[in-house]
Amino acid sequence: MKRVVVAGASLAGLRAAQTLRAEGFAGELVLVGAESHLPYDRPPLSKKQLTDALPVSATDLPVPGDLDATWILGTRADGLDAYGRTVRLSDGRDLPYDGLVIATGAAACVPAALLPLPSGVHTLRTREDAASLRVDLRPGRRAVVVGGGFLGSEIAAAARACGLDVTLVVPESRPLVRQVGSAAGEFITRLHDSAGIRVLPGYRVKALVGGRRLTAVGLDDGTELAADIAVLALGAVPNVAWLAGSGIALAGGVRCDERLRVLSIDGTPMPGVVAAGDVAVVPHPHPPNSDSRSASRAAVYDGNRSSLGHWSNAVEQAAVAARTLVHGDAARPLTAIPSFWCDLHGITLRGVGLPASADEERTLERNLVDRTLEVTYHREGRFVGAVAIGRNSRIAAHRRVLAEAELARV
Amino acid sequence: MMRITVDMNLCESHGQCVFAAPDVFAFDDDDYLVYEAEPSDARLDEVRTAAAMCPVRAIGILGTLGAAA
Repeated sequence: MKRVVVAGASLAGLRAAQTLRAEGFAGELVLVGAESHLPYDRPPLSKKQLTDALPVSATDLPVPGDLDATWILGTRADGLDAYGRTVRLSDGRDLPYDGLVIATGAAACVPAALLPLPSGVHTLRTREDAASLRVDLRPGRRAVVVGGGFLGSEIAAAARACGLDVTLVVPESRPLVRQVGSAAGEFITRLHDSAGIRVLPGYRVKALVGGRRLTAVGLDDGTELAADIAVLALGAVPNVAWLAGSGIALAGGVRCDERLRVLSIDGTPMPGVVAAGDVAVVPHPHPPNSDSRSASRAAVYDGNRSSLGHWSNAVEQAAVAARTLVHGDAARPLTAIPSFWCDLHGITLRGVGLPASADEERTLERNLVDRTLEVTYHREGRFVGAVAIGRNSRIAAHRRVLAEAELARV
Repeated sequence: MMRITVDMNLCESHGQCVFAAPDVFAFDDDDYLVYEAEPSDARLDEVRTAAAMCPVRAIGILGTLGAAA
């Protein structure tokens, strides 16, 4: 390979580039980034970057001095000729490649029905998003945070810590129930309650009221919540529009095999193309039994796994993808166990495995006074994941069990 | 011989190092990170992975040629 193009200059793109060099790739390395910044870390954007007076540079990711890469920033990958091995850039340039890493990530999901967004309405994905939200987090203001996932709960907690009056609107029965089930979701709801956050489960947002400046958030039952600011944390959509018509299989992201080789629409690997991070859809480690009892979970278990959006996934996939480009079939397949964390109200919820895929959960410990929690997740009787608060050694033990099962499988 | 450093001011107990190199890093009974500061060079690959996986980049590796800190 003479030239590798990395489309996407965030965590996955950077780590893929580093691994390419570590594995001996000595050719030309070009990273293309839609944002105007060198790579930075996103997890702090919904945590410390909102509550603490930290400089934006606190999230800079270190770029090794010997990476020897060309950076094309503030420029998007805008089209792909996968058979001619050329990336079209948003400035009109064509960039031929021998190897391509697709790491274009994902963008905040905004329902079209809510557009245009009045001022005071935020999403959170980029450094600029965080800076703009932080300016709006002024004590005494009324904030409505919309979303049942980790991001919504973290932002609600951060806004409350900044002294705002906070309502968390959750479409599900409780926060985080889709991610970590009802016991952990109930526990987090109690922490929100204690912090003075009003949690409204079972509602969807129908309208953002106010014309130019937000005045209220309209719910699907007709209720209007008076609000000075709102944050939409409604999930992420993979950045794949530039791949339309390229012959690459797109299904909730870029479809990959277990070596992160990108698949074409006929199911065969697209020559010289790998993917990593939030844009990648990888095969599921535990495909369903055809007679699965849990038909309602079919969306999670169609044999492929949409991106979980976890930091560790991006890092692990980037390393595998880069090794695949260098070593081909000799590269080890992805065997990573997902892991994630969520910071709010002074605690950290940690998880391993795939709690979202479970049909059964078992609460081993639950103490609201000490703020400790341990829940395990099972699917068809098989242990598939765990979450804990204040029990790091337990998470490590559960992770070890999952890793041993994974080794036995491959 | 490699020498591991962990900046405990940065460490947030994410446990990624324990996942990657369980014979080098562990949580003790009080959930604090403990580690073997001078593990055998046979552990270099997993220690490198541990350092790469640390979300707060608290782990440094000294004394081994080519080791990524």
